[in-house]
Amino acid sequence: MSSRWKFWVIGGLVFVLVAAAIFVPILRRRVKRSARLQQQSEEQARRELTQPIAINPGDPRVKTKLFWAADAETSTLAPVVVELPLSNDPVLRSKQVLNVLLAGPVDAELRTLPPDAVLLAFYLLPDGTGIADFSEALATSIPSGIASEQLAVDSITRTLEASVPKVQRLKILIHGQEVETLAGHLDLTGAFVVNTKPGQPPAMPAANSPSTAPAALTPEKAPGKTGAARAETEISSSIKR
Amino acid sequence: MLLQVRNILRIRKVFLFAALCMVLAGAAIVCSSQTPVRSSPAVQGAQSAPISAAPSPQSGVPGSVPAPFGTQTQHNGLNVVVLDPAHGGTDPGARGTGGIRESEIVLDLATQVRRALELQGFQVVQTRQGNENPSFDDRSATANAQRGAVFVTLHISSTGMPGTVRVYVNSDLPPVTNANGLIPWERAQAPFLGLSRKLGDLIQGQLNQRFKGSPDAAQAASVRQLRTTAAPAIAVEISSIIVEDRAELDRMGPGIADAIARGAAAFKPSYIVPSAPGALP
Repeated sequence: MSSRWKFWVIGGLVFVLVAAAIFVPILRRRVKRSARLQQQSEEQARRELTQPIAINPGDPRVKTKLFWAADAETSTLAPVVVELPLSNDPVLRSKQVLNVLLAGPVDAELRTLPPDAVLLAFYLLPDGTGIADFSEALATSIPSGIASEQLAVDSITRTLEASVPKVQRLKILIHGQEVETLAGHLDLTGAFVVNTKPGQPPAMPAANSPSTAPAALTPEKAPGKTGAARAETEISSSIKR
Repeated sequence: MLLQVRNILRIRKVFLFAALCMVLAGAAIVCSSQTPVRSSPAVQGAQSAPISAAPSPQSGVPGSVPAPFGTQTQHNGLNVVVLDPAHGGTDPGARGTGGIRESEIVLDLATQVRRALELQGFQVVQTRQGNENPSFDDRSATANAQRGAVFVTLHISSTGMPGTVRVYVNSDLPPVTNANGLIPWERAQAPFLGLSRKLGDLIQGQLNQRFKGSPDAAQAASVRQLRTTAAPAIAVEISSIIVEDRAELDRMGPGIADAIARGAAAFKPSYIVPSAPGALP
């Protein structure tokens, strides 16, 4: 009888051996592949997040205006003049100013965009339509309401108007998607008018008085001061992805 | 002995059969493990494909609304007010620290406004009666089905000085160009912007007298709800949900109701149904 037991044990071991010979290489391959995939997507995400923030100290320092809230109570914007090294490429330049805008003013009370919102991508179409793709936090963390949502969009459009004359209209996407409203009120289905006079020499800025008119509604307004001559870069070449 | 040999032979058969099963199972796993891995790059590729930039018009809504510029019936003017308590249902709107919800407060406010409007002789239609959430288009459709109506959507803000009220009209829309008497649904508000502004200014003027710190004229904003409404349309937004106690907002109710009713009554004479698209008073 003992030889029968021996047979069972040997048989079992052979089973295990055959099973291991089949499964282990497959498992190893799968683990390797999934690790590589994860690495790729993480890398992609990191690249997307960090790329726009890149401010090149070699770029000419330019005085420009950023629009944050004038005060915590009234829903008006006030320009803040800052000196930033800005790229001549309109896409890169848009990313740079929008990231500074998202970072917020010194006084956190005056911020117009949620602190956790991130600019994921910015594109510029040959017809002058800029497309800003923000993270979901822009829609979910913003205080819900017509006033607060309009203020957020105005701060974006007016800042672009002051710094990037090539952007004439702005379409806002949330996480790559077209959405109906920002947070239940403000219409994001269309494009906002940013600037109707592209390529003009930058006008001298008016007095730094807080202005109340929404940028999307004042197409006749002169573009803000940018201070630097802009290289005529081929716009279509900067549309990536 | 013979029995043992037969036994061994049987066991060997079983063993061979089991080994075959294992091999087959292994092969099946190899196949299944290949499929998702292979499909992943394709999905990734699809995600990083260029996004379409052109703002696509919404689908699933009626293409156009009949213009109120009728040839057969000339209306005497305004007699219906469509009240829209914003949000509702699964969408509570703005939420305060004390658990107060915009959707509930505006519904109660609508009842007060309704009473005040009815005292002024208006017929009132509400876009929602209870805790439900019609879509933007459904709400607009309620207004667009009326003739000689104005549309007032009621909101509570999350920001701004508490105790103030602001009136919004839709931002400029591209003018309607087709001359077939139909207004595109997507831009139904376009021909009414002038009238909306007039109504907004009148009501904001009334609110300004009652609530100190409120603006004296209506402001423009890209309010989604107003865009598809083919009638003089305004949004009334009360500041704000951050008050400690709901009672603070409830106390504003009668004043807001009275201001809207008086503003609408003052607007009534200027609401002449235009004879052709674009020919607005």
